[in-house]
Amino acid sequence: MGNQTTESSTAKPRGTAGSAALIETDMPNGKGVSGAQPGKAAATEPLSEDKDTLLALFQQMLLIRRFEEKCAESYALGKIGGFCHLYIGQEAVGVGAISAIRPDDYVLTSYREHGQAIAKGISPEAVMAELFGKATGCSRGKGGSMHLFSNEVNFLGGHAIVGGQIPLATGVAFASKYKETDQVTLCFFGEAAVNQGAFHESLNLAQLWKLPCIYICENNQYGMGTSLERAMSVQSVAQKACAYEIASEFVDGMDVIAMRHATERAVERARKDYLPTLIEARTYRYMGHSMSDPGNYRTRAEIEKYQERDPIKLFTAALKANDIIDDQKIAKFEAGIKEQVEKSVRFADESPEPDSGELYTNIYAESWQD
Amino acid sequence: MAQLTMRDALNQALSEELARDENVFLMGEEVAEYQGAYKVTRGLLERFGAKRVIDTPITELGFAGLGIGAAMAGLRPIVEFMTFNFSILATDQIINSAAKMLYMSGGQFKIPIVFRGPGGSAYQVSSQHSQALESWFAYFPGLKVVMPSTPADAKGLLKSSIRDDDPVIFIEQERMYGMKGEVPEDADFTIPLGVADIKREGSEATIIARSLMVPIALQAADELEKQGISCEVIDPRTIRPLDIDTIVESVKKTNRVVIAEESHPFCSVGAEIAAQIAERAFDYLDAPARRVSGADVPMPYAKNLEKLAIPGVEQLVAAVREVSYL
Repeated sequence: MGNQTTESSTAKPRGTAGSAALIETDMPNGKGVSGAQPGKAAATEPLSEDKDTLLALFQQMLLIRRFEEKCAESYALGKIGGFCHLYIGQEAVGVGAISAIRPDDYVLTSYREHGQAIAKGISPEAVMAELFGKATGCSRGKGGSMHLFSNEVNFLGGHAIVGGQIPLATGVAFASKYKETDQVTLCFFGEAAVNQGAFHESLNLAQLWKLPCIYICENNQYGMGTSLERAMSVQSVAQKACAYEIASEFVDGMDVIAMRHATERAVERARKDYLPTLIEARTYRYMGHSMSDPGNYRTRAEIEKYQERDPIKLFTAALKANDIIDDQKIAKFEAGIKEQVEKSVRFADESPEPDSGELYTNIYAESWQD
Repeated sequence: MAQLTMRDALNQALSEELARDENVFLMGEEVAEYQGAYKVTRGLLERFGAKRVIDTPITELGFAGLGIGAAMAGLRPIVEFMTFNFSILATDQIINSAAKMLYMSGGQFKIPIVFRGPGGSAYQVSSQHSQALESWFAYFPGLKVVMPSTPADAKGLLKSSIRDDDPVIFIEQERMYGMKGEVPEDADFTIPLGVADIKREGSEATIIARSLMVPIALQAADELEKQGISCEVIDPRTIRPLDIDTIVESVKKTNRVVIAEESHPFCSVGAEIAAQIAERAFDYLDAPARRVSGADVPMPYAKNLEKLAIPGVEQLVAAVREVSYL
């Protein structure tokens, strides 16, 4: 177990306010695995960041929340078509993790990626325009909600086959090592992807070849309408890293600081030693799997239980407790973000559709544009 | 010019391109220490080292996807499938990632990767190890599909495929690795993708053949010449993009066409070629285009049954006589 960190053998969630409030059923069952259960009084993660960083994290989570709410509204108005998977409830995972990497590091993810795209630096305008199917979208209107891309900010996609991005991210990390750069790759996926062969094939290769890939499982506990319990024989995702002797952590995915710190530790391993890490972030999505999902497989009470530990609510409390934020400041942020989101909608609305000639461009690289 | 086997011509192409561009690397099962299951990669580990000639575990979906990711980040991978039969496990990545990435990213991420290895019928290895899959890959816009039939074509086309900025499916014929032919030694020798080759000129019937069917078509043309029928043999060499113009020109000249292929007939590349000929040269045809395909059965093991499943010279001769109303 030479490459395993202490975290992987204890698998305790780290978190700010509220970690201790996690009830037992929220935790992995850890069948046959000792140490997978969190301690009842988990240590709180101190806010070691400077004030500006903390406020930036707060604003980004709030922006993503309001952006996604606007997406739901726009979808209902018929402005967004196809599938639309919202990130509401999971903001701390993407924001915390992406805050721990450099702009030249890579991110690959699934189809629930609007928030991560914004966190990585794609403008809300370019994301909204893509959702509206406009030429000014970050994928020029050809990808849509599930396929956001930007080579400028090294956001290498939204991928829509469950687990499909995991081998790709492993390959991006392979390229960093091959070229001897110190760039790391973050790969996000839901817990349902863990049952795919692509996950296991990738983790095996990543540890076999020592690749700087950080696998972040956003365990929101449902693969569409199928609960974790009905889909996974051993429900601790973090423990699966043991099969490959990959360092792993179980993290409270509702705690943005815990996510940031866990990712920082993984980034250090990846940059210094080209080592992969598996992070299991326990989180929850408040909305349906996609906009067409009525959510009959769970109760309102269950959703409300998780909303008590809402990532923005938890972080607000932590910031208030440290005198970093007050209601007046929050109101000011809300107003600015509202305007920013409205602006993205105006931009998307006013942007042109792709030219009909775009149907036949970008199939082969002759039409590739630098 | 040197006399080389198909195997050594491919080896030369790999070696020259690995030497030419350090972003090119080769990975696959048994390609390095074992020197290649079919010895196509012999000596490459010694020359280029373990960083660039990489043995993979048996994990086709994983290493195909890893290669595509590496291509997104600027490398130019060559991924060997020990045989294309195993590429079936990797088709999600080849189709959903490699073929579509450039398009769905609005032109931002090209995928310069070659998936290569032997395909088509082999010798008595039964149903799962002996099949032609080119029509699968050729179906998808975004992929290019190449199938050489001579050592020189193999070298020139593989070099072009490695230099190409798109994902290329490069299918070598398992039975043809030992076939010999003249091969240019110039390190800059390439053959452009999408250009058919007229392997034999003729005036009274056209045989369109690819891969293993090319030498068989040439033998059939020899036999037919003795019978007084002059056949033109065209090898498209690249299935996608398909050089339909060269095919149509030939059909306009000969007015009769037979399409030979190892693959199953249903939804085959031959069916596509026949359809395009019907659309573009119907008025020039003196007889319906005729396909000679592999039997529409999984490949059997028994030697006699296997022989029946793969088109041979006699069937091609009979088909050309049929479209000539003889």
